[in-house]
Amino acid sequence: MIDAMGRLWRIIKPIRHRLFMGLMVTIAASVVGLMIPQVLGVLVNNLETSPTVATVWFAGGVIVALGLLEAVLMWLRRVFAVGPSTDIERKMRVRFYTWILDMPVAFHNDWGSGQLLSRAQQDVTQIRRWIAFGMIMMVSSAATIVVGLYMMSRSSVLLALIFMVIIFPIVVLTYRFQRDYSVFTRRSQDLNGEISTTVEQSVQGIRVLKAFGRSKQALANFDDDAVALRDNEIRKATTLARFDMFMLALPESMLGLSLLLGLLQVNSGAMNVGQLASFFATATLVVGPTRMVGMLFGQAVQTTTALERYFEVMDAENTIVSPTDPVTIDFDRATGELVMDEVRFRFHDAPEDAPDLFQGVNLHVRPGETMALVGVTGNGKSTLLQLVPRIFDITGGCITIDGVSVHDMDLDDLRRLTAFAFEDTTLFSFSVRDNVLLGVDPELPEEVRDDIAWEALHAADAGFVADLADGIDTHIGEQGFSLSGGQRQRIALARAIAARPALLLLDDPLSALDTKTEERVIAQLREVLDNTTTFIIAHRSSTVALADRVALLDHGKIAAVGTHQELLRTSSRYRYLMASPNQDVEVQS
Amino acid sequence: MSGPGRARGAGSAHYQRMTKEERRASLRLLGSLLNPYTWQLIGLSIVVIVAQLASLAGPAIIAWGIDNGLPALAEGNAIPAIGAAATHILAALVAGGLMYVFIRWNMTLGQTMLYSLRKRLFLHSQRLDMKFHETYASGRTVARQTSDMDALAQLLNSGLDIMVGSVLQMVFTMVLIVSMDAPSGLVMAGLLVPATMLSVWFQKRSSVIYRQIQTNSARLISHFVETVSGIRAVKTYRRQQANGEIYAQLAEDHRQSALRSIHLFGIYQPTLRWLSSITIAAVLVVGGFRVLGGELQVGVLVALVLYARRFFQPIDEIANFYNTFQSAVAALEKISGLLAERPTVTDPKDPVELPEARGEIVFDNVSFRYQDDLPLALQPTSFRVPAGQTVAIVGSTGAGKSTIAKLMARFYDVTEGSITLDGVNIKDLDLETLTNHIVMVTQESYLFSGSVADNMAIGNPQATREEIRAAAKIIGADIFIDQLPEGFDTDVRARGGRMSAGQRQMISFGRAFLADPTVLILDEATSSLDAPTEAIVQEGLEELLGQRTSFIIAHRLSTVMIADRVLVVEDGQIIEDGTPEELISTGGQFSQLHQAWQDSLSHSELPASKQDGESDAR
Ligand SMILES: Nc1ncnc2c1ncn2[C@@H]1O[C@H](COP(=O)(O)OP(=O)(O)OP(=O)(O)O)[C@@H](O)[C@H]1O
Ligand SMILES: Nc1ncnc2c1ncn2[C@@H]1O[C@H](COP(=O)(O)OP(=O)(O)OP(=O)(O)O)[C@@H](O)[C@H]1O
Ligand SMILES: [Mg+2]
Ligand SMILES: [Mg+2]
Repeated sequence: MIDAMGRLWRIIKPIRHRLFMGLMVTIAASVVGLMIPQVLGVLVNNLETSPTVATVWFAGGVIVALGLLEAVLMWLRRVFAVGPSTDIERKMRVRFYTWILDMPVAFHNDWGSGQLLSRAQQDVTQIRRWIAFGMIMMVSSAATIVVGLYMMSRSSVLLALIFMVIIFPIVVLTYRFQRDYSVFTRRSQDLNGEISTTVEQSVQGIRVLKAFGRSKQALANFDDDAVALRDNEIRKATTLARFDMFMLALPESMLGLSLLLGLLQVNSGAMNVGQLASFFATATLVVGPTRMVGMLFGQAVQTTTALERYFEVMDAENTIVSPTDPVTIDFDRATGELVMDEVRFRFHDAPEDAPDLFQGVNLHVRPGETMALVGVTGNGKSTLLQLVPRIFDITGGCITIDGVSVHDMDLDDLRRLTAFAFEDTTLFSFSVRDNVLLGVDPELPEEVRDDIAWEALHAADAGFVADLADGIDTHIGEQGFSLSGGQRQRIALARAIAARPALLLLDDPLSALDTKTEERVIAQLREVLDNTTTFIIAHRSSTVALADRVALLDHGKIAAVGTHQELLRTSSRYRYLMASPNQDVEVQS
Repeated sequence: MSGPGRARGAGSAHYQRMTKEERRASLRLLGSLLNPYTWQLIGLSIVVIVAQLASLAGPAIIAWGIDNGLPALAEGNAIPAIGAAATHILAALVAGGLMYVFIRWNMTLGQTMLYSLRKRLFLHSQRLDMKFHETYASGRTVARQTSDMDALAQLLNSGLDIMVGSVLQMVFTMVLIVSMDAPSGLVMAGLLVPATMLSVWFQKRSSVIYRQIQTNSARLISHFVETVSGIRAVKTYRRQQANGEIYAQLAEDHRQSALRSIHLFGIYQPTLRWLSSITIAAVLVVGGFRVLGGELQVGVLVALVLYARRFFQPIDEIANFYNTFQSAVAALEKISGLLAERPTVTDPKDPVELPEARGEIVFDNVSFRYQDDLPLALQPTSFRVPAGQTVAIVGSTGAGKSTIAKLMARFYDVTEGSITLDGVNIKDLDLETLTNHIVMVTQESYLFSGSVADNMAIGNPQATREEIRAAAKIIGADIFIDQLPEGFDTDVRARGGRMSAGQRQMISFGRAFLADPTVLILDEATSSLDAPTEAIVQEGLEELLGQRTSFIIAHRLSTVMIADRVLVVEDGQIIEDGTPEELISTGGQFSQLHQAWQDSLSHSELPASKQDGESDAR
């Protein structure tokens, strides 16, 4: 808690002056509010002793004036505190977002979007509420209590002391409350994150659920989370209820006791009726803040949890970052020559006893060459390709493009040199044009961008785009689900081509295409990619035929490199892989 | 993620006041949530009322103590003073105890309602058809279930307390004041007029702002979800900065609307507070004169002033609550909007029972378009597939193969014509019955986060571990699954991120094995597999197909050749129909495809001379 609050301080440091002003006016407002009972006390005494019309008018006037002052001060609190604190909220949110976009893919795999989302939304809002409201109210409530106690002591020291007695049990109760409450709060926040993930998947995977009629099972999964959340919220509420009960009953009981003692004191002449009246008037004003402090403690706890959750992400180590002193890249002369030298890799969460996925991959893709990568399902082809733009980082060896290690390049430069078409076509819910131009310089004139888009679309044989409802400006739904599988794939391919990289990385980009379309795409690619170094994963021999050379990935190493024909001749493993199922039966046996 | 070029901004005309209709719909939804719990709500209200009375009694007891206890004390009688003190303490304990009961009960009830709404919403979104899901981004559904639910939770948590508690507190206070001193009551009632006017002004303004907040936060969430889901593309296409700018703008819009609401409240609340001070002053002045005139006792005046302060406290709370209420209504509007969406693909009124199916599928003049303004994706098509036949559907991409498949699975309803299963129009079958008989492995192999076994069990939730393992074994997936850190219990992560594309396909393929339907539709179920793996899967497939009716969509002819019959689809039309051999011999499109395939095979034909020299194959 202390650590989290320390970090909170660092967050609010830039706006501390405004917050301080906010705090001051809030305290001033409550002090002014506390003066009103004093006026009452004076007036009551006057009425008892020397009543005049003037004092009545005067007292009324003073209260109106004090009331106005109080209102202005309350208004000022928002003026001072709210603007900058929402600005902090926005900054924290944007910082969080930019930060996670920079975090490696492995991090995203571990966290899941729901958890990240609930941190960016709910937790950050909670923090803002605390800065703008809770924190100030906490301090000002405490100030009200202190000032109130002082004023009460001016009525009667004894009564004030008695009232103060309850502070000790309150402290103990508050401590215990915050301890229990924080556990439930954290759990609720986590469960909320899980619910977002479940809901998100239930919608993104709706096709599977519908195809198998499994909405009920999806509901059952969701239900588990929802029940857990509900039960946890109820347990949380019970803790709060118990706390609130004490926070209400304790001070009010004390007032009952004070009443008896007060009456006795007035009777003995130790204080007068006016003092007793203002004691109670003040006490009612102080009781409010004591309860408020209780409530705010609940908030403080939630905020601490929110801060911890926020920083849990922000503190995660980013393992894939640009070097401090990157090599400058001459994009005009880049050839995209790719060299892998003794590349080793294992996933960070791979079991101890598992061998490395890559145990020294050696490969040379020559400038302008198209190299195909083949291998059995799940042996690491996609991973190998993703090592190049540093989506994952190698654990040993070296990858160079044009002789420069990818680790010595600025990440942005590296990813400008390369373009990637993923095997699962990740399209975004904007227009076809914006999807295709994703990697194209947005500064370029509109016509140039247009030409690039169309050229890429033609190269990927995606001319069908012109026939869509709004042509190239057709808005494709989330994940491009209003397109056929092959259409999506070609748009993703066009996107990679449009980026005009020196090194094109294509992960099984033709898997959803029929043989005829595939042929056409290959022919067009041949032309367009003439000078672009291309590294392409393929399963079908027809795609492999596009390549100048083929590399066979097997058991974590490149087992063979050569032209398709060469490999057919020299490598039985390659033949096995490329053989059609019918023939393959013989090879296997 | 929003497109770079699109205009956006908090000030756009999009934010109109909620229409009466929408407002009524959201209030209706709230009503339907509360309705089943009428009695509990009444019980809760009683608890609140008693708790209010108990805590309201405080000042009255004090006043009584001052006015009666003091004179009695002077006469040496301490009983009234002690009595007053004891009553005060008792009232405090009762109020505290009831507070506990109230919070607990209220939260339990609120959470129960939220829970049932959550489930209802979830189920509803599952029922909605594909057309809906293609346009409603997942982030929006997430926003409904998270930020909108939060807003509603706030309402349910404090609603009753405020609505009943605070309003009653005002009424009781008023009654007490009037009974103590009618003229003071009149003064307060008079000041209620400007307070009400102020509140109405505030209410009007804030309802607009609250909708803005809701819309802006939903945008923020949608953008976030889509970017994070597509993180790899975002990285490789260096979209971090551009997206960061979009997000910063969205966050700024969100901040602006939040700021507007806070500032509005910042005017309202202090003004109200000032009104309350004016009331105190007025009561004091009026009461003061009456004390001077000897019509009022000092103790009563003290009580009146204390009550005057309390009288306005609830307005504060009510206004505060109004914030909550506004955002809850705006949230409810969004939720009821989603609930009001009607699926076009629905269960029939009088479903035909079909416990067992043979698997005969007939397309009778079926045509289909995705949207009214789009051309037909499927031209009028008729064909009959007898039970047990294996049908391959081939054709170039975008020809309409998946469309045919999705129509059979009733993702969409046909525009014209009918599809029948064993002579029963599939529209006349319960969706549950239909998915029992017809199952489709979709072109996208989507995995849910959870274990491999869980994912396969989507095919059949009742499947035992042995059955799952057996299914994996048939398609040769058990080898790689066993190598995973926790075997079948390994978490595949969101969207199957831990698996390779081929592995994902094999797992989704495994689902079909477990589902064991009468009619099986495979849409490109093996496109990401290498040839040997595909061969193993195919062997399994042949076993699976057995006597089943099946539709196999594939580009690789190796898969197609096992079919009894081939349908060639082009531009939304079936242009060839026959056994593979027939089609090859008649020399149409299919025979060309076949020829091309043969050619490509010959590329990889084994040069016979070298074959013996190598022996390391597997
Ligand atoms: N994030 C990850 N964490 C741990 N293991 C992973 C992760 N991603 C993939 N793997 C595992 O690493 C292996 C290689 O996966 P990869 O996707 O590179 O295979 P692939 O060769 O592309 O297969 P395919 O031909 O099916 O696309 C697989 O066995 C997979 O289960
Ligand atoms: N949800 C949709 N909304 C609008 N149009 C769609 C939708 N889904 C598909 N289409 C269009 O309908 C046509 C047929 O698509 P379909 O998915 O049936 O093709 P396909 O034959 O399966 O192709 P592929 O081999 O590429 O998967 C395409 O032109 C496609 O753009
Ligand atoms: Mg792969
Ligand atoms: Mg398709």
